[in-house]
Amino acid sequence: MSSQISQVQVRRATRSSKVGAIALVPILIFLAVLPYILSRGTQQTLVTLFSFIVLATMWNLLAGYGGMVSIGQQAYIGIGAYGLVYIADTLGIDSFLAVPFAVIIVGLISIPISFLAFRLIGGYFAIGTWVIAEVIKLLVVQVPALGGGSGISFGALSDFSPGRRIAYVYWFALICVILAVTVTYLIMRSRLGLGFTAIRDDEVAASSLGVHVVRSKRIVFVLAAMGTALAGTMIAANNLRVQPDSIFSVQYSAFMIFIVIIGGIGTIEGPIVGAIIFFALQQWLADLGVWYLIILGITAILITLFLPRGVWGLISGNGRIRLFPVGYSLNVSDLAKSLSMSKGTTNESG
Amino acid sequence: MNWLNAVVQGLLLGGLYALLAAGLSLVFGVMRIVNLAHGVLAVVAAYIGMVFVQNFDVSPFLAILVVVPLMALLGFAVQWGLFTPALKRGGLSPLLVAFGLAVVLTQLLQEIFTADTRSIPSGSLASSSFEVTPELFIGVLPMITFVVGVVVIIALQLFLTFSPLGRAMRAASDDSETVSLMGIDNRMVYALATAIAFGTVGLAGIFLGMRTQFSPTFGDAILIFAFQAVIIGGLGSLWGTLLGGLVLGVAQTVGSQINPSYGVLAGHLVFLAVLAIKPSGLIPKAVDR
Repeated sequence: MSSQISQVQVRRATRSSKVGAIALVPILIFLAVLPYILSRGTQQTLVTLFSFIVLATMWNLLAGYGGMVSIGQQAYIGIGAYGLVYIADTLGIDSFLAVPFAVIIVGLISIPISFLAFRLIGGYFAIGTWVIAEVIKLLVVQVPALGGGSGISFGALSDFSPGRRIAYVYWFALICVILAVTVTYLIMRSRLGLGFTAIRDDEVAASSLGVHVVRSKRIVFVLAAMGTALAGTMIAANNLRVQPDSIFSVQYSAFMIFIVIIGGIGTIEGPIVGAIIFFALQQWLADLGVWYLIILGITAILITLFLPRGVWGLISGNGRIRLFPVGYSLNVSDLAKSLSMSKGTTNESG
Repeated sequence: MNWLNAVVQGLLLGGLYALLAAGLSLVFGVMRIVNLAHGVLAVVAAYIGMVFVQNFDVSPFLAILVVVPLMALLGFAVQWGLFTPALKRGGLSPLLVAFGLAVVLTQLLQEIFTADTRSIPSGSLASSSFEVTPELFIGVLPMITFVVGVVVIIALQLFLTFSPLGRAMRAASDDSETVSLMGIDNRMVYALATAIAFGTVGLAGIFLGMRTQFSPTFGDAILIFAFQAVIIGGLGSLWGTLLGGLVLGVAQTVGSQINPSYGVLAGHLVFLAVLAIKPSGLIPKAVDR
């Protein structure tokens, strides 16, 4: 019997993830050379798409894995954007070096915020995060050094020629996307990610098995804030202007939520697919004015009610195809064969 | 304006906030749903009231007779068709559905009425007031709003405590499965609870529309103020919601007294202070359900 059990393999990679990993290389190379092919305007449009992917990936980390629905993530977009402009323009630190500083500062700010926000749960947590974002906006508007109500321009990048600048920002944004997705992937494969899966299934049981529920949630809250701030720096570098009313707009939260729901909540692929769909709809329905948000809202409601795994769930056949395998699968076909079962079964624990 | 005046005006404003928050409190109390569309629903009611008053040239108080049943009907339909199915899905679904509804309604208002600010014409009522002292005037409309707010909270509390339907709602809140074993149709109880909640939102929306200017995105602020009233007062207690509304109203008017741009910020800071110091609210429920 022991020889039979030694034949059982525990695997993480699946055929689809291997194919996906191989396919990813040419896709990334293709994306990396695009600045040599595309117009500046198109590159800027793609940076916006990339910022949506980062935002949605972070919101999914928070809500899809951490179970925390926030409608106040614009707070970190705003601080990240203002932070970058302030550190680069006023303190004179190199723009791309200023990005990690801005992101770390947001991480530090989000720790005390988490203590306030964690006093609320569920829907009240959601509105609470929104209030905190409003407070931050109202405070930022009071600071003359940040331009008050009219905002500030981002001047440090104007040392570069426009073509060069836009290409640099594009590559920076591409790196940000890779970083955000990779970090999320690694977190979900780690002990922390395993803890989250346990919390999602049963918080009390997870806690009794030694998962530090509150601490895990706080780590994810801070990481999501930092990733969201990274998106904020992308937006600032792309638009070259930061205005309080638009950078702290709750509409960003609406976008993140719709993207994640449409793409598929609780998967790494979902936010990416959702962002591409959302972006295509936005370009396509732009002529319709506000109708595109109405259509998106109705779509999100219908998907929540009837297709909770989202579009990616539909594409992947409810999780059979995985580009980013987070769980383990047990290959028991050899064992099953020797136990004279006709068919191998796999057991997913994700 | 002096300080006494600021406090009195704040209390009157707080009555409106309590009225706005009552429905949010009720829906959460019975179904554990945080209705993120609550704020925009008040604005929807205000727009319906405005259209009615303008087109038929009648008193805004007559509009209440139309708007409240209409909103109650909408509440029944939303609960029956959206929230209850979302509850069955579990997890984050009710919250996400409510959020989607909020965005859709806001954008629809934008499409129909544009982003311009409007108000419900209330004739001489808007400007009439009576003098308490030479320093202190009380507006008739704010006074009526305050009284309506307090009466609605008391009526809801009495309804939940003594009526059979109110009892069923409290029971469904405690243990919905056992309640359904007792022969009560949860789905109907939920739909009626939301109908009542939307009815109070309709009422609040009319008074809101008479007192201030509103626009399609005004619902965001309303949701935040109603939420703050609920949390400051303490979850699950309607008396708490009333007190929370009054505290928020006073914080905002006193803040504005210090500096006109600090009003909303002062309300936020009082809310955050309560959250930090006494997260269960000023009047916490004795036993957590």
